Amino acid sequence: MEPRNSKKVLNAQGMRRALRRMASEIVERHGGAEGLAMVGIRTAGVFLAQRLARELEQMEGSSLETGIIDVTLYRDDLKRGRRHPLVQKTEIPFNVDDRKIILVDDVLFTGRTTRAALDALMDFGRPALVQLAVLVDRGHRELPIRADYVGISVHTEREESIIVHMEEMGLEDEVLLVRPQSAESP
Amino acid sequence: MDRVAQKGWWRKDLLGIQDLSREEIEIILDTAESFKEISTREIKKVPTLRGKTIVHLFYEPSTRTRTSFEIAAKRLSADAVNISVSTSSVVKGETLLDTARNLQAMELDVLVIRHAAAGTPHMLAEVLPASVINAGDGFREHPTQALLDMLTVRERRGTLEGLRLTIVGDIAHSRVARSNIYGFRTMGAKVRVVGPATMIPVGVEELGVEVFYDLKEGIREADVIMMLRIQKERLQGAFFPSEREYARFFGLTLEALKEARPDVLIMHPGPMNRGVEIAPEVADGPYSVILDQVTNGVAVRMAVLYLLTGGARIGVAH
Repeated sequence: MEPRNSKKVLNAQGMRRALRRMASEIVERHGGAEGLAMVGIRTAGVFLAQRLARELEQMEGSSLETGIIDVTLYRDDLKRGRRHPLVQKTEIPFNVDDRKIILVDDVLFTGRTTRAALDALMDFGRPALVQLAVLVDRGHRELPIRADYVGISVHTEREESIIVHMEEMGLEDEVLLVRPQSAESP
Repeated sequence: MDRVAQKGWWRKDLLGIQDLSREEIEIILDTAESFKEISTREIKKVPTLRGKTIVHLFYEPSTRTRTSFEIAAKRLSADAVNISVSTSSVVKGETLLDTARNLQAMELDVLVIRHAAAGTPHMLAEVLPASVINAGDGFREHPTQALLDMLTVRERRGTLEGLRLTIVGDIAHSRVARSNIYGFRTMGAKVRVVGPATMIPVGVEELGVEVFYDLKEGIREADVIMMLRIQKERLQGAFFPSEREYARFFGLTLEALKEARPDVLIMHPGPMNRGVEIAPEVADGPYSVILDQVTNGVAVRMAVLYLLTGGARIGVAH
């Protein structure tokens, strides 16, 4: 369902196509899926990493390892008096040394989450290479970070937000651009 | 915004289990579960509490608890300082409050305190802007021990709801027992206590526990047995005739264990008096989760440090 102040920028079919295209770009750049592993950033990034892994498996016929990163402990905005967000598990069930890691997130915005995820990943070892795959790039970077694979680029205002819904969350696959409530109500 | 309505953690201090809600205990245990993995990494450290200063102020001897707190602080990148009584100004006559104020003047963020007088951490939490963690106050509470015990049982059984816990030993002089009674009761477990009459405090039934004076009866059908250490240093009076006699009636042996459920878990907060309250075959046996307790201690203390440093005094506006 679409609230009044939001606009659908990607529907279920669009999301499927975007992920398939990203998967084929990954295969093309690496000449296959050999030595690759996907690491998703909680929460939506985890589901996207699993879907990309499935696409790659279908294309290449070999299975891909996936992991999960929770970046909370690496955030740069934890302060006293601002309740700390609850921490969920980080699970990287394989050795990252000399692996080619594709980090997956739903939305690339300021780049701060990616920075935190990179720091977290490095504490597990020394990957041969790390690339970034995002479903939505919405601009407004605050750090020198860019994505290697992008599902869709959306022009946004800073105060707008991008919301990614997925079947894995019990919702229909879609990406919404939401304007702040105050701008809508006269 | 109404804080109570929001799910999450707001407290600045951890003073006891008695005043924690079930939801708060669950938040700590869930957070601790997430933190466990950090200790298995190649680099066992996260940058979360970088630049935070934690002081461990112990007025009573402790190796295990202090070391566990110290490791927890370091895995979160905090700077931890240990002050033990013999080397501090206490011997020169400084009052506790003055010591605490001096520490605050050095901009500490967390004070972990163990003191023989019940209520000491509460008094300090009132006056200090820093977070205060009770690492044991007299016979009153030892909240992080109960939390790590609850985590250990929850890990093995999935839930504490409906489980039968039996605590055996010197209930009267045990802050570990008291904190665990509060915690396990809040989480929906049934709690029994067993010990010689001299070691069962009057009115303990009011905490919602059943009292037994016979070990085999007390552990019948138990899911979890928690053996308490006989605290030789505290027991100057004659609470029992001899260690040998205590071991005969209240020591947990393989023979006594037959009364409990076949998948019973055996716990001990350490350090153990082997052959007194617990037989070596039991301590090292397949039901023993004593070393899990130690591992979980670090994770629970990391979780508490993380949650409290984001907390604030209730009523303080932001």
